[in-house]
Amino acid sequence: MNQALVNPELVNRVERLQADYVDCIDDERYADWPGFFLEECLYTIISRDNARRGLPFGFLWCENRRMLRDRIASMKNANIYEPHTYRHVLGRTSVRPAEAGGWRARTSYMLARVMHDGGMDLFSTGAYEDWIVEDEGTLRFREKRVVTDSGRIDALIVIPF
Amino acid sequence: MQDHSLIPAAIEWPTADATRVPFEVFTDPELYAREQQVLFRGPTWNFVALDIEIPDPGDYKTSFVGDTPVLVTRDQDGTVHCMVNRCAHRGSALKFDGSGNTQDLTCVYHNWRYDLAGNLQSVAFQHGVRQVGGMPPDFDLARHNLRRARVEVFHGLVFATFSDETPPLREYLGERMASHIARVLNRPIRILGTYSQTLHSNWKLYMENVKDSYHASLLHTFFSTFKLNRLSMQGGVLVDGGGAHHLSWSRRGTDTAAGTEYEKAGELRAQLDDFTLADPTLIKSWLEYDDGITHSIQSIFPCFVLQQIQNSLAVRLLVPRSVDESELFWIVFGYADDTPEQYDMRLRQSNLIGPAGLVSMEDGIIGNFIQRSVHREQGRSAILEMGGKEVEDQQSRVSEAGVRGFWQAYRARMDI
Repeated sequence: MNQALVNPELVNRVERLQADYVDCIDDERYADWPGFFLEECLYTIISRDNARRGLPFGFLWCENRRMLRDRIASMKNANIYEPHTYRHVLGRTSVRPAEAGGWRARTSYMLARVMHDGGMDLFSTGAYEDWIVEDEGTLRFREKRVVTDSGRIDALIVIPF
Repeated sequence: MQDHSLIPAAIEWPTADATRVPFEVFTDPELYAREQQVLFRGPTWNFVALDIEIPDPGDYKTSFVGDTPVLVTRDQDGTVHCMVNRCAHRGSALKFDGSGNTQDLTCVYHNWRYDLAGNLQSVAFQHGVRQVGGMPPDFDLARHNLRRARVEVFHGLVFATFSDETPPLREYLGERMASHIARVLNRPIRILGTYSQTLHSNWKLYMENVKDSYHASLLHTFFSTFKLNRLSMQGGVLVDGGGAHHLSWSRRGTDTAAGTEYEKAGELRAQLDDFTLADPTLIKSWLEYDDGITHSIQSIFPCFVLQQIQNSLAVRLLVPRSVDESELFWIVFGYADDTPEQYDMRLRQSNLIGPAGLVSMEDGIIGNFIQRSVHREQGRSAILEMGGKEVEDQQSRVSEAGVRGFWQAYRARMDI
């Protein structure tokens, strides 16, 4: 089977992956979040400005699933923040074959942050620039680069998005 | 040249020393306006840029002195200038795109043109059209330059001041603060990333937080949980410039928790939980400097911070936005001669700092926790007695000496 083939069924699977990914976060099932990634993966949040200037350092950088678990463990056990949840809205995903196997996918997102007291803000907009591969019958992220349109963050980021 | 109409309604300081701070100082809009005039436009040196942000002739960057927008430029001779980003004609911003390279500074509104040092070069249609109209004959270009600040560059840090009374930068910093800057900025650096965060609090609450070595392992439990930084580690606080500047430092791996409150299980919130990192490479580090100091936070009055948290190096510029809002700009850097391994370690350690910093993200909200709680607490004061009542060097970081120093310098400069 040609893994790089982009057909309607694959696009449907990729869009389903994106929908499941944001549902996992928005439904606060944070312990499940690392499971969307390969064991060796990349998850980073970087501003569009830094990305364009070739500056590699963004807001965070995780290079394997263990680091993703550490993010969640720190969020639950160490960090102090006001309780809040997210709501994602995604655009359509464009998919193309990746040179090294799997597919490159790009999906716009809008992200609202809802505070425990009801305060609600547009927290971030941007695009997921993903590298998705087939992993034992399941699509997983080999890379997820969250490229934020703005280089300014309101107060803090604790929950990944 | 103080405008006494700007002197705020009497704020009563309960003590002559710096152990009490009335909460009104964080909420009074008139005081905020006066700070802009007396502190930020007064005899202080304000960090505005790294010189490597504007490496070439014609490069410019927009920045801030207090809440005043400024332009930092490099002219054809390589000299760095700083001026208010405001056309002398009708007041429009001259540059509104962050950074770039330009031959001159031309206002988009009526095309008044300045050189990169801020000198007015030409006025569009100064002599009218075919000698009809135009500016009066006595109009003198040289009298309408941009409002310039004095500039000094020290180890790649560009500082600006609007006051003629500000002493030379080296004198303002003092020997100890200057030598610490020289310690960190000892060779060419490379910018690795930039970002900013909105803080919903008065600017002084963030500067208190920076100078407060007492909170580090209590609020920020990531460090203490992983035994990266505890107040029982060898360290201390230096205060200088009449309290204006501070440096807190520590050496990792020099302590034991025995005999401290860390040992009493369950007493400190910071010690309630214990867990291990699934991937400890996150905190893998090397000794950056020969002196063995692994953590140092330095602040230069009023709003500049130089940070070494293991191998995570950054400068921070705090910009006041209004009485209850500020913006914190971060420039994360390494050295031009970093090895690939060092670069990778810095990249992983970038997780520790900034708005998403595992170690310090709480600094993004703690000021707001205060701001929202004190806004109707007139007549009440914060207490600053940890480590005594003085403004002096401390052998321990269980101290608020740096915070007291800030208030001592603030009151002296504000004359309140």
